[in-house]
Amino acid sequence: MADLQSTPQPSAETDAVIDVRDVHYAVDGRPIFAGLDIRVRRGLITAVMGPSGTGKTTLLRLITGQIYASRGHVSVFGREIGDMGRAEIYATRKRMGMLFQNGALLTDVDVFDNVAFPVREHTNLPEPLIRTLVLTKLEAVGLRGAAHLMPSELSGGMARRVALARAIVMDPEVLIYDEPFVGLDPISLGVILRLIKQMNDALGITSVVVSHDVHEIATIADYSYLLSEGKVVAAGTPAQLAASDSATVRQFMTGGAEGPVPFHYPAADYASELLGEPA
Amino acid sequence: MRANRSLEIGTGLFVLFGLAALLFLTTQLPSSGFKFSFKRTPGYTVTAEFGNIGQLKVGAPVSMAGVRIGDVTKIGFDSNSQRAEVWLRIYQRFNQIPEDSFASIDTEGLLGGQYISISPGGLPTYLKNGSQIQETQSALVLENLINKFFANYANKSGSGGQGGSKEPKK
Amino acid sequence: MTESAGAMVSEGKRPPREGEPQAGPTRRGSREGLLEGIRKAGVTAIFFAQLLAACVPALSKPRLIIAQIYNAGARSLIIIMLSGLFTGMVLGLQGYGLLHRFGSEAALGTAVALSLLKELGPVLTALLFAGRAGTALTSEIGLMRATDQLTAMEVMAVDPLRYVAAPRFLGGLIAMPLLTAIFIVIGLFGAQLVGVQMMGVDRGIFWSQMQSAVALKDVTEGIVKSLVFGAVLSLIAVNEGYHTDPTAEGVGRATTRTVVASSVLTLLLDYVLTAVFL
Repeated sequence: MADLQSTPQPSAETDAVIDVRDVHYAVDGRPIFAGLDIRVRRGLITAVMGPSGTGKTTLLRLITGQIYASRGHVSVFGREIGDMGRAEIYATRKRMGMLFQNGALLTDVDVFDNVAFPVREHTNLPEPLIRTLVLTKLEAVGLRGAAHLMPSELSGGMARRVALARAIVMDPEVLIYDEPFVGLDPISLGVILRLIKQMNDALGITSVVVSHDVHEIATIADYSYLLSEGKVVAAGTPAQLAASDSATVRQFMTGGAEGPVPFHYPAADYASELLGEPA
Repeated sequence: MRANRSLEIGTGLFVLFGLAALLFLTTQLPSSGFKFSFKRTPGYTVTAEFGNIGQLKVGAPVSMAGVRIGDVTKIGFDSNSQRAEVWLRIYQRFNQIPEDSFASIDTEGLLGGQYISISPGGLPTYLKNGSQIQETQSALVLENLINKFFANYANKSGSGGQGGSKEPKK
Repeated sequence: MTESAGAMVSEGKRPPREGEPQAGPTRRGSREGLLEGIRKAGVTAIFFAQLLAACVPALSKPRLIIAQIYNAGARSLIIIMLSGLFTGMVLGLQGYGLLHRFGSEAALGTAVALSLLKELGPVLTALLFAGRAGTALTSEIGLMRATDQLTAMEVMAVDPLRYVAAPRFLGGLIAMPLLTAIFIVIGLFGAQLVGVQMMGVDRGIFWSQMQSAVALKDVTEGIVKSLVFGAVLSLIAVNEGYHTDPTAEGVGRATTRTVVASSVLTLLLDYVLTAVFL
C-alpha cells in the first residue's frame, strides 16, 4: 500500500484524465476558485484536500459538468466540458462513477434496485444478467447478503459501500469520492479505505478522493493537492506534503488552531466591542 | 418489482372509480344524453296526452291524493293529435286506479317543480299496462296566467289603462 | 453545506458589505425584492418548460407515472371522499333551509349540482390536494435534493427531471380531475341523503330538476378547472421540492410555501377561469 510509484509528476499531460486549468468560479460574487490547477493522471489515486469550505464539492460539480467555470478550462477524457452538448456530457458521465458523502441512495427502492438502477436506465440487459452483475458488485463490497434491505435499514458505512457498488456497476474509468470518510467508525473507515485502494488496483480505475482526513488519505493517495482560498497551495506525494515547510500546509497537516487559516471569524476590535463603542 | 401488486390494484381502483365518476357527471347530469335508470320499482305504464306540459321533466313524480304512486318515464310528442304524450309508470301495488281517472299537471309550491296529479274517477274497471288516461288538464303556465290577469284588469278599468295596452293580449 | 461554513472563515469583508443596503433607504430593498420576485417567476417558467419537455420521454416509463397516480390520487381518496360527502351534506342542509323560505325546495338538486360542479368541487379538491398530495410531493422531492439523490442521478447520467419530476407532475395532472369527479359525485349523494332522506324533498324532483338545469357546459367547466388546478398545483409542488434549500429547514419552508402558493393561486385562478367561462 505504502510504496509509491517513483513519485509521479502530473506534468505528463497525455495521460491526464481530468485536467483543470486556471479555473475561476464565483457564487453570488463571492470567489470560490481563483486560478485553480489540478491534473488527475490515469490509474492513480489523486487526493484533493483542504479545509472545509474551500470548494471541494464545487470542484466535483465542475468536473461532472453540473456547473461551468466562469474562466479557465476543465477537460475530462481530453474533451473540454464547456464545449460539450448535453448529450456528450451525459455520455461522459457514464464513464465516471461518483460516491457521495452520505451515499445518496434512492430511498424508495431496496439495495438491489439501487445498484441495478444505472444498468436498467442505460442498458436493455435481460433481468438475469442484471442480477448477476448486481450481485457481483455487491459481493465486491461485501454486501451481497444485504441486497433485499432498504436504504433506511443500513448503517452509514454500509450505505456508502452500497453506493460504491452502484458507482462501479457500469464499470467506470474514473471514480470520484466526495468526503468518503466523514462520520464513519474506525472499522467502516478501514473498510472504505481498503475498497478505494482495491478498486484502483484491481480494476485499474482512476480515483479522485476529496477529503480533509489527512492521515487516512495519506495512506492510499499517489498524489495530493492542498487547496486553500480558491487555489492550490501545495501539491505532491503525501511524503512531500508531510515534509513541507509551508505554514498553511503544516497547519492543515497537524491540525493547528492558529495559523494562516484564522481561528477567529473576522470581527470588530474585541476590546472596543465589549466596551460598547460603536464599531 | 415485487411489492407492486397492491400499488397497481390501488391505482387501478382509483382510476376506475374516478372514470366512473367522470362518466356519471358527463352523461347523467346534463339534460342531453341517455340516462341509466337506477331504481326499478316494479310497475305498469300508462300514457296521457296534454295540450301543454309546461316544465314537466322525466323523473317527476306522479301522485294521487298527495301520495306518490309512480313517476314520469318518458315525454314525447304525438304528431297526430299535436299534443304532448307522457308515459307514466305506476307502482305495481297501486293497481286499482279507475280507468276514467283525471290527470293534471300541478306545481309544487310557487316556483317548484311540476308533477302529475291523478284524481280518481268512478268506473269499476282499472288502468292497466298500456292504457291511456283520457281526461287531462294541461299545466298552468304562470306567464299566461299573469297575462290573462292583466288583460282582464285592463278591460275592466276601461281601455285607457296604460299597463293593459302594453301587455300582449291573447 | 460545508461551503457556507467555510465562507465565513475565508470571506472577511462580508459583514460590512451586508450592512450597506441596510443603511440605504428601504426603497432600494423593495426594488430588489421586486427584481427577485421577477427572477423567481422566470426560474419557475423555465422550469415549467423543461418539465413539459421532460414529460414526453417520461411517457416511455408508464410504471413511474402509475406509481405517482397512486401517490397523488389513490392516497388522497379517503380524505376526498369524506370531504365530498360532508360538503354535499351541508349543501343539502343549507340549500334546503334557504330554498324552503321561497317554497322552492324542488330546486335543491339544481342548486347543489351547480355549486358542486362549478365551484366547490374543483376548488375544494384542489385545496385538499395541496394539503395532502402537494406537501407530500414537495417534501419527498426536497428530501431527495437534500440527500443528494437528485445530484446522484445527474451524475449517473439519468435526468432527474425525466425520472423524478415529470412522472410526479403527470401523476398529479391525471389524478386531479378524477379526484374532483369523485368529490362531486359523492357530494351529490351526500346532498341527496340530507335533502331527500332527511328533509323529504322528492327524489324524482331532486334528480330530474338537476338534470334539466345542468348543461354539459357546466360539467366541462368543472373538469377544465380541475385540469388547470392539477397542472398548476403539481407544478408548484414539484418546483418547490426541486429547488429546495438542501437542508431539513429548507424542506420544511418549501412545504409551507407549496401550501400557501397553491391555495392562493387556486382561488385566484378560480376567479379568472370563472370569468373566462361566463
